[in-house]
Amino acid sequence: MSNHALLLDRGNLKRRNRVNRAVEVVSTVAALLAVAVLLIVVGSVVSKGIGALSIHFLTTPAGLFGDTSGGISNAIAGTAIIVGLAALMAIPVGLLVAIFTSEFASDRVAHPVRFVLDLLNGVPTIVTGIFVYGLIVVPQKHQSGYAGAVALAIVMLPIVARTAQEVLALVPGTLKEAAYALGIARWRTLLRVTLPTAAGGLLTGALLAVARVAGETAPLILVCSIFGQGVLTEPSEALSSIPVFIFQSSESPSPEAHTQAWAAALILIAFVLVLNVVARAFYSRSRKRMGA
Amino acid sequence: MDSSHSIPSQAMTEPNPESQARAPQRGPAIAIAGSGAPRPLKKNRDVGNVRLKNLDAYYGANHAVRGVSLDFDAGLVTAIIGPSGCGKSTMVRCINRMHEEISSARASGQVLLDGLDLYDKAIDIVAVRRTVGMVFQKPNPFPTMSVIDNVTAGLRLTGASRGELEDRGRDALVGAGLWDEVKDRLKSPGASLSGGQQQRLCIARALAVEPEVLLMDEPCSALDPVATLKIEELIGELKQRVTVVIVTHNMQQAARVADSTVFMLSGELVEVGPTDKIFTNPDDDRTEQYVTGKFG
Repeated sequence: MSNHALLLDRGNLKRRNRVNRAVEVVSTVAALLAVAVLLIVVGSVVSKGIGALSIHFLTTPAGLFGDTSGGISNAIAGTAIIVGLAALMAIPVGLLVAIFTSEFASDRVAHPVRFVLDLLNGVPTIVTGIFVYGLIVVPQKHQSGYAGAVALAIVMLPIVARTAQEVLALVPGTLKEAAYALGIARWRTLLRVTLPTAAGGLLTGALLAVARVAGETAPLILVCSIFGQGVLTEPSEALSSIPVFIFQSSESPSPEAHTQAWAAALILIAFVLVLNVVARAFYSRSRKRMGA
Repeated sequence: MDSSHSIPSQAMTEPNPESQARAPQRGPAIAIAGSGAPRPLKKNRDVGNVRLKNLDAYYGANHAVRGVSLDFDAGLVTAIIGPSGCGKSTMVRCINRMHEEISSARASGQVLLDGLDLYDKAIDIVAVRRTVGMVFQKPNPFPTMSVIDNVTAGLRLTGASRGELEDRGRDALVGAGLWDEVKDRLKSPGASLSGGQQQRLCIARALAVEPEVLLMDEPCSALDPVATLKIEELIGELKQRVTVVIVTHNMQQAARVADSTVFMLSGELVEVGPTDKIFTNPDDDRTEQYVTGKFG
């Protein structure tokens, strides 16, 4: 009978409950704060930029320096071309690197490669910009969209490779075993079993990498920021781009230019958010498939 | 205690010239597919005999299978029983050379299929796996493929012609006892079937490439009793087509399905014999202790 005395509350219960509640409240506030930051950023971009947003804005190239009657059609075209070229370079290479480390390399080789990719991922983009400046712009004596694309590709490569590696590692080994046990050759298993199973996740990695570099400013300022008039689409010349437009417009003394910068930022954020949502949707579909 | 027992074994190091005249000759290393000939109802006993000679298997320094010599006779079901870690799965994986897929693994000794050593340097390892099929413990249909694509995966991805795919797929599904249940949803994803159906799908997939031998590594351990029973019935029919080797930790299952049973312990072959004998009157004490549940 006296053992049950241990079950009785000795005054700790109220204090423990108060501490539990306090921690719960504090962590909820922190989460709300994080969400609030995003909402504030998006909200201010929308409210400050909506004034300059119009069909005219989206379909007219920028005017001469100081002339704010134009729009960002050349910047949109430039970003599309530069990011598109960068993706064409980085996505296949990143995918192949991931295939190498997960399918063919021994652990001894795979680990250093992964480590190097992580280091590359951590290189500040302005350093990448300086590197490409010295490598391409200086010998050619002019800036170009290609130089911009190379710089962005270097930033994209580790993102694509690392997400692809993670996704390929998630493909159950039992699937590959099943294929080998049927007498299916290694490369065919890779092509027709492993890659299709991982496809959703691979696409996610590619989309997230694109979303990330679409807004990279520092390298483009160094290698692709002095461009001509009108909608230029020749990558061997310097092209306009949305991040550079935002930067240059924000340096202008004119308030209309500032509003245009906010509007361009709105376009950029909308693009990045949409890509992120689409990428996550593909990823969860792919996870469901592999869990099945 | 002679450790290479076998029940009526036809010594198979030389093909019997009489049997060559009687039955269509099918070499073990090349699957002669889609000949269109009706499948014989009784298994041709000259094809699909497996003989292990002094098989050793290692994972790095770990000696998992120790000098096993054993026969698996065509047209029969042989069960391999033994406690966890005794090397039964490893031994079976040596028969279709899946063991070497693991990076630190190696094997030595001979695995003879109708007299041909599958470990010979001239042998194409990929062709071995088309002749010796395997079904795994956890059903593993390809998630990106439909039911019919799963069944024909082994045919499609090894270069068979498109025309015969549907027929052979249906044939395999019938052989796996799954046709009636899936004939109306051949295009639905392979992973949409129940666990037991998925496992029969994997069996159909393995059968579609027309192997001589089917290795089953604890095929029912992830399934419910009803699904297990269906597969056990299926095994009884399968032995008309293929030599079946089934690894199981379930002794009652071995007693139900197997003609011949092998008991392994710590990588060694302890005893092999007709199932009845192993379970009622084994020669070795260790076998007796295991089957009566004293350990394992």
